[in-house]
Amino acid sequence: MGKQVLAVIEQKNGELRKSSFELLGAGRQLADQLGAQFSAVLAGQNIKGLVDEVASYGVDKIFVADDEKLAQYTTEAYTDVIGKVVAKEQPSYVILSHTGAGKDLAPRLAQRLGAGLASDCTGVEVEGDSLVLTKPMYAGKAIATVAGEGETYLVTFRPNALGTVAAAGSKNPEVVDVAVEIDPNALRVIIKEIIEKSTGRPGLTEAEIIISGGRGMKGPENFAMIEEIADLLGAAVGASRAAVDAGWRDHGDQVGQTGKTVGPILYIAVGISGAIQHMAGMGSSKVIVAINKDPEANIFKVADFGIVGDLFDVLPVLKEELKKVV
Amino acid sequence: MNIVVLMKQTFDTEAKIQLDGEGKISRQGVNKIINPYDEYAVEEAIRIKEAKGGEVTLVSMGDDGVQESLRQALAMGADKAVLVNDPALEGADHYVAAKVLAKVLEGMSYDLILSGWVAIDDQSSQVPARLAEVLGLPQANVVTKLEVLDGKIVCHREGDGSIEVLELPLPAVVTAQKGLNEPRYPALKGIMQAKKKELKKLSLADLGLEAEAGKTKIVGYQLPEARQAGKVVEGEPADTVKQLIGFLTEEAKVI
Repeated sequence: MGKQVLAVIEQKNGELRKSSFELLGAGRQLADQLGAQFSAVLAGQNIKGLVDEVASYGVDKIFVADDEKLAQYTTEAYTDVIGKVVAKEQPSYVILSHTGAGKDLAPRLAQRLGAGLASDCTGVEVEGDSLVLTKPMYAGKAIATVAGEGETYLVTFRPNALGTVAAAGSKNPEVVDVAVEIDPNALRVIIKEIIEKSTGRPGLTEAEIIISGGRGMKGPENFAMIEEIADLLGAAVGASRAAVDAGWRDHGDQVGQTGKTVGPILYIAVGISGAIQHMAGMGSSKVIVAINKDPEANIFKVADFGIVGDLFDVLPVLKEELKKVV
Repeated sequence: MNIVVLMKQTFDTEAKIQLDGEGKISRQGVNKIINPYDEYAVEEAIRIKEAKGGEVTLVSMGDDGVQESLRQALAMGADKAVLVNDPALEGADHYVAAKVLAKVLEGMSYDLILSGWVAIDDQSSQVPARLAEVLGLPQANVVTKLEVLDGKIVCHREGDGSIEVLELPLPAVVTAQKGLNEPRYPALKGIMQAKKKELKKLSLADLGLEAEAGKTKIVGYQLPEARQAGKVVEGEPADTVKQLIGFLTEEAKVI
């Protein structure tokens, strides 16, 4: 059967997720370095139109599980279908994105296969026949190195950590239609409703740019200034714990050790003093910008560029200046 | 309605992480807390018990020091606790932990298993789903709202940019996200009562298990390179913002 790297590809409403493009690009490169075949599994309903796009990343084999029972992600149905593909193919590595679905699916799949799982990884290298993974712990206050060894080993990668690469070009892969026969027991969870958070902005964990507000925002109404700038930049809006606990922003917006750990290309902290828990959550951002009126604020110790000033004076000017360049 | 809460003791979020002589995470002088997400699970379990009756049992793995966190959760209102305490489990991975916890739960009567969705130390979010798999139970991960109905639950699970409203038959495994509730502080009366509540310590032998090798191997730790403070400017916004835009577009090239 030979060595194989299998990527679990996610789609939503007929579009591949951005994190899946990262997996496809990195998966091809890792497979080449390991001397392995690169395959992908795509599950959903009416998804056959996505096969060409997946193929364009130089995938050798694509497994397509197209069924109405897979229209929405559910843990057990997806574990059942993807687990059967993995059990049959016995790839050396199964790679997934550490998304809402990926982090739910991967551990369940790993236990079913009796496999190890390095989750929420931000780095990978090939050493001999194995992958060596790096993953943040304690919200990035430490980084662990994990040896990806075992007959089949699973890895979830944090969105944005791998970066995207240009598609390698199609190799006219073999496309395998997966017969979807789901154990009825795997269909016991019923999706009653899916409530889309239609902000029109990217999610925090996937966003390339994040602009966050803290206690200095003084109230929920002032986040409108942050949102306007976010929309100019195509950014996500985050918040410090202080802003969330004050009830100004939703819990899901919190960046930090008890919120989301993020690693965008650009992180703009507005009116955030920089508690250790917040800095742990955003410390891996490539570029950090801070706007704060207190020149002693901790956030300036990690910022690549800081403006000492009243955010209520700075943000309106920033908005106008950004309009000129984006 | 009987509820099991999987609880882990973690470092305080204020903790500074240092490596010891062997290159491992140093536990010296670090204040320990209930994993904050597990605290939401404890609170939710107590609230369900208060509304529906039944018993809340805490289950944890770790050294003797974990008893302190278990007592704290008992003081909040949980009824009893089980601590799997065995030197052979030092450094056990999630695969092993799931099997050990499943063994603890064997023979226990429960309708719901609650836990935090992630532990703030290793950030792996694996054990609850792995346990659900061992027990063959349905799972709902990262839940911000939970409603118990007759023989089933309805919960709000945080997806990617959406909330999934899920209905699960019981028993089930549910993991808590911030927003589910606001954990209470133990009252003095609760703290006094907690001292008398059952806290059972079990070894692997007590569970009829033998030490087992894990599947996920950590080979080393590093501390991230400290970020260097960059340029800080002060003055008229018209000027400082121009400098910022110049930095972003020409120097950092991120927009």
